[in-house]
Amino acid sequence: MGVLDRSAKSIFLAELVSGMALTLRYFFKQKVTLNYPYEKGPLSPRFRGEHALRRYPNGEERCIACKLCEAICPAQAITIEAEPRDDGSRRTTRYDIDMVKCIYCGFCEEACPVDAIVEGPNFEFAAESREELMYDKTKLLANGDRWEAELAARIEADAPYR
Amino acid sequence: MVEIWWTYLWPVVWIAIKVLLIVVPLLLAVAYLTYFERKVIAAIHLRRGPNVVGPYGLLQPLADGMKLFFKETVIPTGANKGVFILAPMLTFILALIAWAVIPVGEGMVIADINVGILYLFAISSLGVYGILMAGWASNSKYAFLGGLRSAAQMVSYEVSMGFIIITVLLVAGSLNLSDIVMAQKNTVWFVIPLFPMAVIFFISTLAETNRHPFDLPEAEAELVSGYNVEYSAMTFALFFLGEYANMILMCGMTTILFLGGWLPPFDIAPFNWIPGPIWFALKISFLLFIFLWVRATFPRYRYDQLMRLGWKVFLPISLAAVVIVAGVVLAFDIDPLRTAGG
Repeated sequence: MGVLDRSAKSIFLAELVSGMALTLRYFFKQKVTLNYPYEKGPLSPRFRGEHALRRYPNGEERCIACKLCEAICPAQAITIEAEPRDDGSRRTTRYDIDMVKCIYCGFCEEACPVDAIVEGPNFEFAAESREELMYDKTKLLANGDRWEAELAARIEADAPYR
Repeated sequence: MVEIWWTYLWPVVWIAIKVLLIVVPLLLAVAYLTYFERKVIAAIHLRRGPNVVGPYGLLQPLADGMKLFFKETVIPTGANKGVFILAPMLTFILALIAWAVIPVGEGMVIADINVGILYLFAISSLGVYGILMAGWASNSKYAFLGGLRSAAQMVSYEVSMGFIIITVLLVAGSLNLSDIVMAQKNTVWFVIPLFPMAVIFFISTLAETNRHPFDLPEAEAELVSGYNVEYSAMTFALFFLGEYANMILMCGMTTILFLGGWLPPFDIAPFNWIPGPIWFALKISFLLFIFLWVRATFPRYRYDQLMRLGWKVFLPISLAAVVIVAGVVLAFDIDPLRTAGG
């Protein structure tokens, strides 16, 4: 390009004006931001969020205290104590997950032979103190009751690929 | 008693009312300019901008203001306390007192002085003191460098701004801001005959108010945030208010000099129904939109490029413009003063 062309371009601010035209076009474009607390993105059925302990439809808890999840947990976030219940079945007396230690790898869920411990779709469980994130058995079972419909649907959806 | 009221007290009260009528909308405008800026830039970035506090996020400036108001004012140990506190006040006061001479409508001006444009120019030049004082009094290297840069930058661009104002004065034939606007009433807005000057003036106002792409004084990447690193809470808020009030002031100045102040674009039915101050505000808003649009579009200048643009490009062009405009005014015998004086 000749000297004249180049000088003309810079004197008439050609590049600057074309840049501004581009940004003006973007000004009128559709926004891409998800309006988060009111609008949420899609989640895969394999999404690994907050943990839950599930129950059988008759209300019996699934967990048989095999401690496979405790054994496989790479962060050693799970603590289980177990003894036989009055009816002779083996059950946990303590099932704690330290949600601060947990790395959300999903190994506990993979290891569980009875689909008792699962990682649910909930990722909005931020708390104001560490203590609130030390989950015990009651909290985990309550989570299971709260999310059961979705948890069952997720397992169902993922079953063909396992 | 009644006589004392009408001769002494009432003028004072009347001036106070006029001051409030200017200052209150101005501060509201400043608050909502921050909101407008965030929204415009967000839109260009394909984001949404503030939308949580109040409907469409309209209460966001209020929330920001409350936050700044309740924070602690931290004064660094090494700082020069008096100057440190004085600097933001000075910046803010200077941004406000300039509005004394800005005519927002026909006859709607606090002080209709004959050297209005000189006063305005002087006040906007004084603005650099606030920044320089802040940079020096903070006793911090980032603030100091930011202050120095700002001083150099504002001084450089004021020179060419001065020459451009002279071209407008040559065409308008008055230093009185109301007269400059009225001179555009019967002819055309000066943006048409002096278009290149208007563009250079606008770019200079960007540099003068330390806005993008000339925001070197507060270049986050290198100087943290420049002259105001050490400031917090209300002292910071005053700088912020001052900077934004200055933006509005500079847009007001551009409007008066080039865009016909409060005049409607066409003096015909639907346009001249709308009162002058609204036209004035609309024109200022348009220019502010360009300010923000420029901010969202261009990357920051390098310091030497900024100085080159100021001294080697704008200064010669505006000097030449003074000569050319003066020559044209003389050659075609359109000198407003001579025509008026007979």
